[in-house]
Amino acid sequence: MASKAAARATGKRYLAAFRAAGAVEIAPDLLQPAEALLDLYGEDIRARAYVTADPLRGEIMLRPDFTVPVVQEHMANGAEPARYCYLGEVFRKQDHRGASRVSEYNQLGYEVFDRADPEAADAEVFALIAGALAPLGLNATIGDIGILSAAVEGLDTIPERKAALARHIWRPQRFHKLMARYAGLVPAPETRAAVLAGGRSDAPWIGMRAPAEMEDRIARLTRDAEAAPIATADVARLDALFALRCPAIEAPARLRALDLPAIEAATERLERRLSALDKRGVDLSALTFDASHGRTTMEYYDGFVFTLSAADPALPPVASGGRYDALTRVLGQGREIPAVGGVIRPGLVADLEGLA
Amino acid sequence: MTIKLGVPSKGRLMEKTFEWFAERGITLRRTGSEREYAGAVDGAEGVELVLLSAGEIPRELAAGRIHMGVTGSDLVRDKLADWETQVAELAPMGFGHADLIIAVPTCWADVDTLEDLDAAAHAFRAAHGFRLRIATKYHRLVREFLTREGVADYQLVDSQGATEGTVKNLTAEAIADITSSGETLRANHLKILSDGLIHQSQATLFAARAADWQGQEGALTALAAQLGVAPPRL
Repeated sequence: MASKAAARATGKRYLAAFRAAGAVEIAPDLLQPAEALLDLYGEDIRARAYVTADPLRGEIMLRPDFTVPVVQEHMANGAEPARYCYLGEVFRKQDHRGASRVSEYNQLGYEVFDRADPEAADAEVFALIAGALAPLGLNATIGDIGILSAAVEGLDTIPERKAALARHIWRPQRFHKLMARYAGLVPAPETRAAVLAGGRSDAPWIGMRAPAEMEDRIARLTRDAEAAPIATADVARLDALFALRCPAIEAPARLRALDLPAIEAATERLERRLSALDKRGVDLSALTFDASHGRTTMEYYDGFVFTLSAADPALPPVASGGRYDALTRVLGQGREIPAVGGVIRPGLVADLEGLA
Repeated sequence: MTIKLGVPSKGRLMEKTFEWFAERGITLRRTGSEREYAGAVDGAEGVELVLLSAGEIPRELAAGRIHMGVTGSDLVRDKLADWETQVAELAPMGFGHADLIIAVPTCWADVDTLEDLDAAAHAFRAAHGFRLRIATKYHRLVREFLTREGVADYQLVDSQGATEGTVKNLTAEAIADITSSGETLRANHLKILSDGLIHQSQATLFAARAADWQGQEGALTALAAQLGVAPPRL
């Protein structure tokens, strides 16, 4: 394991390159207000955050990543367009043992807030990071959550089902169970028929969830029960989409062959992104497109996603990133801006350079 | 050097553990006064009895301060990260049964499964501005289970006791706790989700991988044979 000094030295080298690419270096606080941040993260990061109490500020946490504080800083006083870079430690409790499972490590990042040409910005971030790491011979995988959302939005079914599926794109297990239910492949729980027929418990009402909330949900369940099942052919098309994994250069044609008209616009965005990557000298035949990439690990990304990994599967990704437009909407309180970024773990880079 | 065997220091768990070993020809007993935590072992060579609180036995096993220990399988799984790398399960002992389950208010007619809980949690978060709270002391087991099952929009809140009362007291919307008969749940107007069984726990004999087994191999093999369990690979 590289020393922290080695990790920082490696990080500083890349930071200089990011500044040269036009990014402004920023240094968000190590201590972040806990409540607002915890609400944004998925349970995975929530459970892994070091939270402590401050006598004046209440609950605070050691930053588990930079993205949220960078977005907050940009929303508070950033001009557009903006490019930021940073280098510093992040902290995550580890639930599993293992040498690569460290609870504090350096993270180096590059983030772009630019409305003009999102696909060009995607390519800029990827090419900069992949280019910097080129000597390490890493495996690069890209994906696009936007294609998956478009496929879900294009399903021929009621809006509530689409919303439930879209919410669970990042939880494949639940997604596929819901899909099986909506397609009528798995029957509804036995107790549901009684509830829909008006059956209620005579137990006393307890807790903060109000009776009206229950009746709202039962109304939704009623609409669900009345809706036609999703066609099994549509389920099969989505399954084929989720399973698609191919060289990036083949991805647009393979996506179009799936016969999913709803993803055409997203596929065109992918094409534009690929051509922007090509212009920046990225070898598209060496790049893997994985339609399900980012589904299990990267909850606030909602468009382009990427990962650069070493051959050893026990190691965490050396670099990863993606587009997080929706997060800026949540943090911007009415304002939003397309945003994309990526991070490198310089400690891992130093390790791999040591092995070479 | 002896093999240190950690056993719950009081109550039914201790008595049942003593019975289990007695059935295998090993007599464990407390010595000294009623209040003194000292013990003796007859019928097995080189085994020393250590009386401990059942809740501390997982930690003592992980640290290797005892070689073997009897405690609930739920406690080992919840308190030890990657528990299988820290202890070896020698034998389920057939008592101390309890289920770790998820329960919600009985009045929630629309919630019977994890799918329902997830949907209710999503709507709850939108309506109340915070994530649906699940009170528990079994943080690791509950979080791993809900992650595996793809439930979102919840948060775990810590409850070290009287967990069944948290919903009525408005400090949680649901609970995850152990139950054997379900009577306390019913008395507190809670029902178990039909697919909400997280772990079926029972008293279990564990061996510590971190303990010093140097020179104990013979004693361990003999003890395992006497107990009728396969000698663990440590």
